[in-house]
Amino acid sequence: MNAALLMFLVFIVITLGITYWAARRSTGASNYFAAGRRITGWQNGIAVAGDYMSAASFLGIAGMIAFQGFDGFMYSVGWLVAYLTVLLIVAEPLRNTGQYTMADVLAYRLRPRPVRAMAALSTLTVSTLYMIAQMVGAGTLVALLLKGSGITFNVAVTGVGLLMVAYVVFGGMLATTWVQIIKAILLMSGTILLSGLVLGHFDFSLAKFFDAIAHVEDGGKIVNFLQPGLRYKPPWGPLDLISLGLALIFGTAGLPHILVRFYTVPDAKTARVSVVWAMAIIGSFYIMTTFLGFGAATIVGKSFIANNGGINMSAPLLAQKLVGDVFFAFISAIAFATILAVVAGLTISASTSFAHDLYSNVIRHQEAPNPQQEVRVARITAFVVGAVSIGIAIILGPAFNVAFLVGLAFAVAASANLPVIVLSILWRRFTTEGAVAGLATGLLSSLVLIVISPSIMGVDGPGVAATARHLIQRPPIFPLENPGIVSIPLGFMGAIIGTLMSRVDADSHTKFAELEVRANTGLGSEKASAH
Amino acid sequence: MPERRDWDSVAADPDFKNLMAAKRRFIIPATIFFIAYYFALPILVGYAPELMATPVIGPVNLAYLFALSQFFMAWLIAFLYVRAANRFDRLAAAVLQNLQSRNDLRDNCGDKEQHG
Repeated sequence: MNAALLMFLVFIVITLGITYWAARRSTGASNYFAAGRRITGWQNGIAVAGDYMSAASFLGIAGMIAFQGFDGFMYSVGWLVAYLTVLLIVAEPLRNTGQYTMADVLAYRLRPRPVRAMAALSTLTVSTLYMIAQMVGAGTLVALLLKGSGITFNVAVTGVGLLMVAYVVFGGMLATTWVQIIKAILLMSGTILLSGLVLGHFDFSLAKFFDAIAHVEDGGKIVNFLQPGLRYKPPWGPLDLISLGLALIFGTAGLPHILVRFYTVPDAKTARVSVVWAMAIIGSFYIMTTFLGFGAATIVGKSFIANNGGINMSAPLLAQKLVGDVFFAFISAIAFATILAVVAGLTISASTSFAHDLYSNVIRHQEAPNPQQEVRVARITAFVVGAVSIGIAIILGPAFNVAFLVGLAFAVAASANLPVIVLSILWRRFTTEGAVAGLATGLLSSLVLIVISPSIMGVDGPGVAATARHLIQRPPIFPLENPGIVSIPLGFMGAIIGTLMSRVDADSHTKFAELEVRANTGLGSEKASAH
Repeated sequence: MPERRDWDSVAADPDFKNLMAAKRRFIIPATIFFIAYYFALPILVGYAPELMATPVIGPVNLAYLFALSQFFMAWLIAFLYVRAANRFDRLAAAVLQNLQSRNDLRDNCGDKEQHG
């Protein structure tokens, strides 16, 4: 039997065992949606890291550095710095004032129905975009990693979809948390091991390592891979990079699957501790992409990677070259675990938002939502989310270019979610109309700008393969691939102008004192459930 | 759950205002600093690539060192924030303590009125 397949199966058996254990503890809404708010600081920190570091980070960034050198490494930086926004501005007030979703914070002093409906729409959009990217990526990757085992793209996509639904439906947030913790530990072990091996290859001499990076053979020429500008070229390159940075810095603190993690801890202080743990892990990981990416560039070589599965295979091929097939299988199994943990996190945040925001508060319009019913609706939603994601991923197929979807998810989170969260915590005058206008402008502008960007529009020559062709065969109207630099200011402007054009909301004004006290002292916040 | 008048009285409490001022004094400058420091990287690399390509230690150039420094900058600010936040926690605890003793006093007075 294929070694990679065997390791995949071991991971599946362990995580399903955890799901079985968690299923017996996931009764009641607070247990199901927030793991009883009994996750400790370090556990949640590792889980946040596991929720956040997707296959795009592990395989994608390693590949970008292997192919484009320093410019790929620049991409690594924003992913950690973004957590300062989470730590300084969002995590503690969110934990102190909300129950299960981001919309709880908005509904606190604004009219619940319109803001919950819009916030749920935005949450579901971000989760869907991110999910499709992960599912198509998972299918391609599993089919590639398990080449020769008879597992096709469709089987792989269906398998990933069924597993994530099983974790979420039966094990709720508790099982999802532990899947994320195990994944983060595996990912860090693999990365540390691989980095050590790369350094060992250069006799543990950083001087030798960087010397090799400065002399990489690329297409018959010797290129200095530390040289900036290999990827982001004028005229629009630098601006695109700044735009991406904005989406990362402001988008991470608006990602629904990250935000829900802060409801799983007992209080705001523990939420803070968990961000610090997450930053320690995430930062170490992205620094080590130096070894993974430049290691692949110097030890494996760009042309070999291009001919053996392509840019995303850089890290697994590095493992194969340094040790052999068993280590290749181990790194592949880690990539698989990475995807499963992220899609499980996305599924639970999407179904929580649907059940808690849309179903209980908007559709049924209940004064006091029935917790059992919310859990039941969330479980059904998780099934639907799973089925729809499997369907979309199979329809799009393995050749669909998903890279821009992750960027788009961050752009929507930064342009729609973050402005209204921040204004709701900080601005006394903020109104329901402002929140709805901000969410709508941020969401629409990101989507429209992506459709008219070079990610979707472009004129391809006759030699370009059908699968790689742009969806719209016209010159792009918007020059950047990342819409953040325009859509984030638009999201803020929508929220501010919408507020100023609406009448002063006396209720929102009065409740601001309440929100400010709660957000900053934790008075009246949701407590951990008794064991 | 505290009552309406509690929220307003806490919001007007000098100790609470002190807590908010202390938070603002840390969070606003720290946020401006980290955003400026972070965006200096893509701006310098994008618009002054020759400068950033200057080698500093062997082949390691200014661009790589500046990118690497971002990680330590983020960790340093997180460390400073946690230290400051422990102080905020103490201030917040004092605010809640005051509220508690005021409420006890009010409840006791209420009892007396009832009995009297």
